[in-house]
Amino acid sequence: MSTRRPLPPAPEHGSVPGRGGRTLTATAEAESDEMTAQTGLSAPTTATETVSAAFPGGRRRSRGPFGPTTRLAKAAFPVLPLLVVLALWQLLTVGKVEFWLSFDKLPTPGEVATALGAQLTSGTYYQDLLASVRRILLGFGLATVVGVVTGVAVGRSRVARAAIRPVIEVSRPIPAIALVPLAILLFPTSEQGIVFITFFAAFFPVAVSTIHAMKSLPKVWEEAARTMGARRVAVLTHIVLPGAMPGIFSGLSVSMGVAWICVISAEMISGQFGIGYYTWQAYGLLDYAGVVVGMLSIGALGFGTAWVVERIGARVNHWLPRAAE
Amino acid sequence: MSDVTGAAGGARVTLDGLTISFGGMPAAQVDLDVPAGEILVLLGPSGCGKSTILRALAGLLTPDAGRAELDGTSVAESRSRCAMVFQEDALLPWRSARRNVEFALTLRGVERRARRREAEELLAQVGLQDFADHMPGELSGGMRQRVQLARTLATRPRVLLMDEPFGALDAQTRSDMQQLLVTVWREYRTTVLFVTHDVDEALLLGDRVVVLTPRPARVNRVIEIPEPRRPGAQFEPEFARRRYEILALLGESPDEALTSAAG
Repeated sequence: MSTRRPLPPAPEHGSVPGRGGRTLTATAEAESDEMTAQTGLSAPTTATETVSAAFPGGRRRSRGPFGPTTRLAKAAFPVLPLLVVLALWQLLTVGKVEFWLSFDKLPTPGEVATALGAQLTSGTYYQDLLASVRRILLGFGLATVVGVVTGVAVGRSRVARAAIRPVIEVSRPIPAIALVPLAILLFPTSEQGIVFITFFAAFFPVAVSTIHAMKSLPKVWEEAARTMGARRVAVLTHIVLPGAMPGIFSGLSVSMGVAWICVISAEMISGQFGIGYYTWQAYGLLDYAGVVVGMLSIGALGFGTAWVVERIGARVNHWLPRAAE
Repeated sequence: MSDVTGAAGGARVTLDGLTISFGGMPAAQVDLDVPAGEILVLLGPSGCGKSTILRALAGLLTPDAGRAELDGTSVAESRSRCAMVFQEDALLPWRSARRNVEFALTLRGVERRARRREAEELLAQVGLQDFADHMPGELSGGMRQRVQLARTLATRPRVLLMDEPFGALDAQTRSDMQQLLVTVWREYRTTVLFVTHDVDEALLLGDRVVVLTPRPARVNRVIEIPEPRRPGAQFEPEFARRRYEILALLGESPDEALTSAAG
């Protein structure tokens, strides 16, 4: 995992004097901004002072001469760390810095922006995005259905537990991406293979969190329903599933992340379309700006799908005591 | 109101050598005959197995021996007529107060259109007409127990099983709830089996108070209350005398001394 990470700069690096300390200040302030919902540009304190001032629950801190600029600062604040990263990127790539890490072949932000602009007007880019999203939706959707059904069965039936649990335990430690050769042999098209790998990876978080949700359901809900005359099906649809939704959705969130990792990896190895395939091909063609465009697109898609899962979860589980926060 | 009430009154409950055990250890063994429409209080030290008796009647436990009958029919065949109010928070937290009551109506087979109105009438009966759309998480403990009572009434029970329903409430709320229960009971005339470990509560509510022995729960003594639920009864010397008698049964029972020495 840690082989290619161009971002973290060495603080003592010659070309960015004093940048390390500044970044830390910005991050600490951004966090305190979320916590207290009122802050301004920090007075020129040192990083350590800011960190200690941000946390001991001080809700109202007077900002002295910075009061009037507070609103602007608040709007600008989340952007600031990103700008710092961008600036670092610009400096390192334009300067073609080679100091243990080599930035000489990496594209500059400007080159990436140009490449992105070109992609946004090309049809194949959207085809690639669509192909990946389709695979995600199929794999993740299948994993959701099969995972919840399996989880409920294992969690509630002794027979199912005895039959299915060992299979889950044996196959769970296998990283889905290790199934690529098998998937190529098994499935007639690589498309189906990729969906299968995505499904395989996304299945376990859903199934396991559903099983745990079954275990943590308060007994009294089901007992109350039974004394009111609920039969098996009614208990399942009215008690078990709604009550397990918080657990199921935490599994779905994890599973969506895992699904993206696997779709991209599988596309890089055996795909014909898809944003992972695009990224890997750009690398092969020495189109490094294209690689970064691919990375950013994957990030955006991952963010978008995670957001959708989060939103649906928040709606379904609106009754949780902390849902409004 | 009358169409909400439309229940056929209470049912006679007969426990004949009813025996329940957990892992080979007997938890309860009782013979009881409860006439229709009576409030019978089961009183015993905590952990004696009094809840076990209710759970067997509710069909949540299978007895090892003996019979539990409603009007001469085994409870297994007439389960839906025994409804239970739990001490714990048994409301479904993802449904509003009204939708919790509607759930019981759905299970009873009430038509979708009629559910809402009936649920609202039931909530009004327990004094919650203004809280129908509140989620359980937004209601106080006493209010949640009111919703539970309304939901249980929605099943049109002939026997109301109450398992320390007011045990977790403060004194004032508990007293309000006791009055509410009596009011509702006067209207529905269901048979009530009420489990508690609170002697005052037992004496204020019951037609009869059954004092149980420590585990396994057996009938130790049955105390008849001559004028049950008479206002102000708790200020009379007779009340204090019965209270003392019951406390003596609970505290100085040689059985309990034996079990506590063994345990």
